[in-house]
Amino acid sequence: MSTESRYTWGGDEQLVVRLSEAMSLEVNFTASAMSAELDARAIEGVSDVCPANASLLIRFDPDVCDPHQLEATVRDVERQVENATSRTLSTRIVEIPVWYDDPYTNEVAARFRDSHQRPQGNDLDFAAEINGLPDAAAFIEAHQESPWLTSMVGFVAGLPFCYQMVPHERQLQVPKYVKPRTDTPKQTVGHGGCFACIYSVRGAGGYQMFGITPAPIFEPAQTSPDFEEFMVFFRPGDIVKFRGIDEDEYRESESRAVAGDYRMRQRPVEFDLDAYLADPDATKASLMGVLSDD
Amino acid sequence: MIEVLEAGLATSVQDTGRTGYYRYGIPPSGAVDAYSSRAANILVGNAEDAAVLECTYLGPRLRFTEPAVVAVTGADMPAQIAGEEVPGWAALRVTAGDELSFTFLRAGARAYVAVRGGIDVPEVLGSRSTYGIAGFGGHEGRTLRVGDSLVVGDSPSAPPAAEGFETPRDLRPVLARENDVRVVMGLYDDRLTDRGRADFLAAAWTLTPVADRVGFRYCGAQLEWVEREQPFGAGADPSNIVDAGYPIGSIQVPAGSEPIVLHRDAVSGGGYAMVATVISADMDVVGQSAPGTTTRFVEVDLDEALAARAHRAERLELLRWAARP
Repeated sequence: MSTESRYTWGGDEQLVVRLSEAMSLEVNFTASAMSAELDARAIEGVSDVCPANASLLIRFDPDVCDPHQLEATVRDVERQVENATSRTLSTRIVEIPVWYDDPYTNEVAARFRDSHQRPQGNDLDFAAEINGLPDAAAFIEAHQESPWLTSMVGFVAGLPFCYQMVPHERQLQVPKYVKPRTDTPKQTVGHGGCFACIYSVRGAGGYQMFGITPAPIFEPAQTSPDFEEFMVFFRPGDIVKFRGIDEDEYRESESRAVAGDYRMRQRPVEFDLDAYLADPDATKASLMGVLSDD
Repeated sequence: MIEVLEAGLATSVQDTGRTGYYRYGIPPSGAVDAYSSRAANILVGNAEDAAVLECTYLGPRLRFTEPAVVAVTGADMPAQIAGEEVPGWAALRVTAGDELSFTFLRAGARAYVAVRGGIDVPEVLGSRSTYGIAGFGGHEGRTLRVGDSLVVGDSPSAPPAAEGFETPRDLRPVLARENDVRVVMGLYDDRLTDRGRADFLAAAWTLTPVADRVGFRYCGAQLEWVEREQPFGAGADPSNIVDAGYPIGSIQVPAGSEPIVLHRDAVSGGGYAMVATVISADMDVVGQSAPGTTTRFVEVDLDEALAARAHRAERLELLRWAARP
């Protein structure tokens, strides 16, 4: 079980649990489940439990909480999670509308072409080529074809990393830019390695850019209804469905977002990891159907 | 009210930071030299987590519309009130209409200005600290500009230090162009070869101009990584990992040549291997490093890190006693 995991100290205020060096749905599930259990135990002196793709970062105050005792507790939680008989996640599925091949990300991509592997075409053309697909349109289709699991939130405030829910050999993979850009439009849908992401703020970035969503995902002012409780929309464990939209729908949704009444399409779902691993296509079909029936 | 007549290079409102939101990518923020920020508050009689101004490289020029008590700590950046040079690390009386300004930076990187009562900006997620990347906290989520006005709070917790009291030298930080920064090795340090690990600890690293609240980038050596087939999802370069959470103070080494120490506005995660983490007591040393500073990373274990933390807390306690009127 935990032979692969490595516990080390991040200075005197952080404990880092590296569960695996390789990404998989299973290891991400372990990180999420450990995080949930540590939250439930509400350990005094622990200020932040941060699940990541294949690891866990815990921030604590060593004046309040003994580091060695904390490590023993986290190891206990890891054993408990590894021995759990069912691996299910009560979460939600969220639809992210995407204007693929849009002028905003294309303009930035053109501006930073000297930082890119492939001088001709745009990032979608490059991604299609790398993944052995005939053209950008085929890549856009593949991008929407399966659900994605939010395996980590971070880099900057509210940015979700999403892991495609298909077997390894079918996963879309694209290298990052050769040199990071100093600019990325807000709400760009990007991709680096095997992860999709949605940029929550304008700024630096190294992921390939495929399109832009009109859906707000980070709102510090907290004026729109989806942000009443918190300024960040995404939670680790959210399942994402990308849906291609045209310019008209983008403009219409964008104006609703500007007016502060954009609502994210979302539904609660139960995700069973073992059922998924036994029959990925059936689970995928049922997940993708959740938002289609209204 | 405090009127901003000149903004300085990067002046922001900071306190001791916010906790509990790092999992959403929201870092702690807060003063990068936390010792100096707390000391400034002690001197004016504030709670130590009151909001202060962090002034980087070049100080602001401020006009006080009402009488105030202020203290300037941190970097050696001599301050003037009404055109007269005043001592740092002391409680200073300001009369209505006076200007507080700064001459040039002589050592260190960041000065802290505390005002009795604290800088009164709205709390966001439990803190008044500015988090500039996301544009919230502090004064309108950004560094100060000419024409801004700041409100002084009304909640000091103790009397200020006596007039004439100056913080003893040994209770101020050492601001040197060469420094040692203690680190705990770990995280992905097993990706380095033995030689790469030894070089990391032996090199004299020079701080580049890429040094801000997010991170401090150094140059000076090329580290060697273990050659291997990269794990699934990690990316092609040997310094790449499956994106992971970045501890505050962690040191990543993109491509093995330019270590970056992440500070209090850290990006919360990413795909570069981290090999060590700066101990909490020495985050202030990093924060007071100006470009060109030579730094050696010195390995300590957790117990030594905790001892250094306790020593720093003792120094603050000594200052609390010394500053009592």
